[in-house]
Amino acid sequence: MRAALRRGRAWAERRLPALVRPRRPEPLPIELHRRRIYIVPTRFGLGFAVLLLVMLGGALNYANNAALLLTCLLGAAAAASMLAAFRTLDGLCLDSIRAGHAVAGRPLELRLDFASQRPRCAVRIDTDTGATAFAMPGGDTTVTLSLPTGTRGWLPLPRLRVWTSWPLGLFRAWSWLHPGQAVLVWPEAESAGPPPPGSDDAGPPRLHQGEDVAALRAYRHGDPIRHAAWKASARHQGLLVKDFERPDSRLDWHLDWYRVSLPEHEARIARLARWLGQAQAQGRRYSLRLPGEHIDAGSGHAHYVRCMNALARLP
Amino acid sequence: MSRLSTPASRTAETPLDAHAFGLLCLTVALALAMHAPYQPWWLSAALLPMLAWRWRQRRQRPGRVPAWLKLPLLALLALAVVARYGTVFGRAPGAALAIGLLVLKVLESERARDARVGVGFACFTLMAALLFGQGMAATAVVALGLLPALATLRALEPGQPSPAGLARALLPGLGMLGAALPLALLAFVFVPRLNTPLWGAPHAGEARSGLDDRMTPVGFSSLLLDDSPAMRVSFDGPPPPPEQRYFRAYVMDDYDGVGWRSRDDAGQPPEPLQAARSIGYRVSLEPSRQRVLPVLDVPLDAPPGAAMRAGRVVMARQPVDAPLDYALRSAVRYRLQPGRAKQAVRWLQLPAGFDPRTVALGRSWHQRYGSDRAAIVRAALSLFHDGGYRYTLAPAPLGRDAMDDFLFRTREGFCEHYASAFTLLMRAAGVPARVVTGYQGGYWNTMGHYLLLRQSDAHAWSEVQLPGRGWVRVDPTAAVRPQRVDLGAAAAAGGQLPWASRGWLQSLRNRWDIVNHWWNEGVIGFDALRQRGLLTRFGVREASPAWLASMLAIGCALAGALGLAWALHRRSGSEPALAALRELERRLARRGLERRHGEGPRHYLRRAARALPTQHDELNRLMENYLELRYAHDEPPAESLRRFCRAVRNFRPARVVK
Repeated sequence: MRAALRRGRAWAERRLPALVRPRRPEPLPIELHRRRIYIVPTRFGLGFAVLLLVMLGGALNYANNAALLLTCLLGAAAAASMLAAFRTLDGLCLDSIRAGHAVAGRPLELRLDFASQRPRCAVRIDTDTGATAFAMPGGDTTVTLSLPTGTRGWLPLPRLRVWTSWPLGLFRAWSWLHPGQAVLVWPEAESAGPPPPGSDDAGPPRLHQGEDVAALRAYRHGDPIRHAAWKASARHQGLLVKDFERPDSRLDWHLDWYRVSLPEHEARIARLARWLGQAQAQGRRYSLRLPGEHIDAGSGHAHYVRCMNALARLP
Repeated sequence: MSRLSTPASRTAETPLDAHAFGLLCLTVALALAMHAPYQPWWLSAALLPMLAWRWRQRRQRPGRVPAWLKLPLLALLALAVVARYGTVFGRAPGAALAIGLLVLKVLESERARDARVGVGFACFTLMAALLFGQGMAATAVVALGLLPALATLRALEPGQPSPAGLARALLPGLGMLGAALPLALLAFVFVPRLNTPLWGAPHAGEARSGLDDRMTPVGFSSLLLDDSPAMRVSFDGPPPPPEQRYFRAYVMDDYDGVGWRSRDDAGQPPEPLQAARSIGYRVSLEPSRQRVLPVLDVPLDAPPGAAMRAGRVVMARQPVDAPLDYALRSAVRYRLQPGRAKQAVRWLQLPAGFDPRTVALGRSWHQRYGSDRAAIVRAALSLFHDGGYRYTLAPAPLGRDAMDDFLFRTREGFCEHYASAFTLLMRAAGVPARVVTGYQGGYWNTMGHYLLLRQSDAHAWSEVQLPGRGWVRVDPTAAVRPQRVDLGAAAAAGGQLPWASRGWLQSLRNRWDIVNHWWNEGVIGFDALRQRGLLTRFGVREASPAWLASMLAIGCALAGALGLAWALHRRSGSEPALAALRELERRLARRGLERRHGEGPRHYLRRAARALPTQHDELNRLMENYLELRYAHDEPPAESLRRFCRAVRNFRPARVVK
């Protein structure tokens, strides 16, 4: 049944380009307007129509005009709810999409920035895997959506179905949002492996190797007593200890694609990803050399993002 | 910027939140309340606490009511309905079953889908409540009962700001119903009505209090305390004076010692009538469950769909189950059967072995006055007037010889007693006489120009046959208490009526009646016949159902167009400068100069100026004006704004030079 439906839909998309037009990737911003909003009754709406017919029949049969008036009122309200559903989507504008970072296999956080001139209620977004509902108090609203990822590299954004059955759940107004944008999925790091070559000073670097006092801080249990700053402590309530600057004696890691001794392309990438993660965690400076790209040594989150992006972009 | 994001899986599987469930319970409670007056008290007394319990239970610990509790309740409900009504089919048992099932549905409502089904069902039961009574107040209350139903449906939609108070939840529904009202009225007017019911003749089983073809003291006194409207009469021309406002319903010939009864003699022709003056009028009759149509004394003819019987009583073919309108003429000065009647003996008949003293008194009059019937009538009236008789709605109980007791012992009673005793006396004295029941008096509504007759205006009087004059109306009650005829039963009875019938309140209610009258006329009485005559004024003689349906379709299309115009309307941005720029963009785009994605106005207009060298300066000026209007001021000066808009309007892009 479901397969037949899917086949039917594929056929319709092939044969009726008008149906497909709003589904092609488009540049942002995308504004919903009457040419791309569709309205269909929900299952409850169909049931409600049957109910209204029964009520109409009863009222007419018993020649009961009060009941007929009530039925007409309910029917007219249902019809008005269709327009309200349309108005919930009409003029809704997807301004921009900001993607977070995620390694392959983990969900990626997407932030969709919607703009609207008036308040809206119960706008819902479905993807193949998830759904979310939100209200817009008017003005700009950001909606967070999580997107499952498979493999590293550019992931084109899927088609999003934006819909609503506001206000009564009788009609469902819907439209496609297919932003022509792709997000970069980082490679997944291997779970275990050797340290990078040239990092002979394996093991965590010892603390307090430096000579220069960087700062004073409160005494913590376990601090060597010889680090206590006695003079400074005398002027304070608690005991202060000298914090020595971390040594910069650790070597920079020079991560090199050509020095990873693994035959497989993806395994190399996974290993590099793990090293990058380790280096970032340890606060090291590191550089990365890839086929066709060289990133100079640096540190910090921006550097890490740059390196991971480069890794993700590898063919 | 705000961020509101809630995960939601498939709609139908969404669990009900407490807010929506509370609204659902309110909807169902309202539906129960609407049905409470028409159902046995124990049903409401059982269902309402069950609903309240379920509401509390779910607030504390959400979960379905287990099947071992639900199934016995279902069986109990069916049993109770069958025990009370003997069947589950029909209007009353069906309604009892429906409200019971509605509460059971709430017991098992855990998901949004259940709640939707419950709301739909509640709407249906609300409508069913109108099958029992379609007064204006009832209809308005039922329509307001839709508000919680709509609020429940709204609350079921995920992704809303957190729920506000009850009033805030109900109010949007009111706006929605208000917006829907025009279309609803249109549909109401044009939906083709059925001439005959499709299934089961909608007989309304229960007896109504009202006039009846049998007159007994007990039945009549309850009628005199019921002040629901019986009929409304509007006259062509001025209304007749109060002493002529006698509306005949039944003529009763047979007395059995207990009460009077009208003889069912359909074959008898009506008495011949010589009318000296007649008056035309129109009656809208409330449903009476009787076939008789009360008419002003004495009708010239029967309205269509009814027949005139002996006694000039008008009978419809069917009992009147819905408000009925009819127009006819009646004589107010007349001679009814002035010649000899064939069976005068039936109007002289006395029950054997009852009321010996009354009969003796009548015979003594016969001996004294002989055949001077007018003198006999005067003697009887002066007996009532001077004999110490009292008008009361709560007379002392009477024994077996009721008329003897009334005339010689208790000497108190109301119209029924006086008419009965008078007729009996006349018969004993050899004067052909009969009892007539109907309505008398009424309240003249000056605003609506109609006469309102309530059930409490029911009255009984007599008719005697005088030689040369035929049947003459004699109202013995008027001899005792003339106010009864002028002011009605309430005034005559003094302080014996319920508080609601007194003084200013009564007059207020009389004035309020006009609204009910309009409702009955305009809404309830709008049947197939009236619908067809709807457009007579506009030259459409007979509106056929097909014609009505096409009118309905046209009307709906118009309403749809209006609604679409509302839905598609977009406020053209609050900034006129921006709107003018968009206009400029449209004009340039027609010449192939479309604004690129992400291109600023400065760059775009420069590009346009390069492409249109003849208008280079003009475009540059527009661009500078625009930038200044948009960015140089917080509030751009109105004059330069106007000038800019005018310049844009006058700008005609030339052909692009390629």
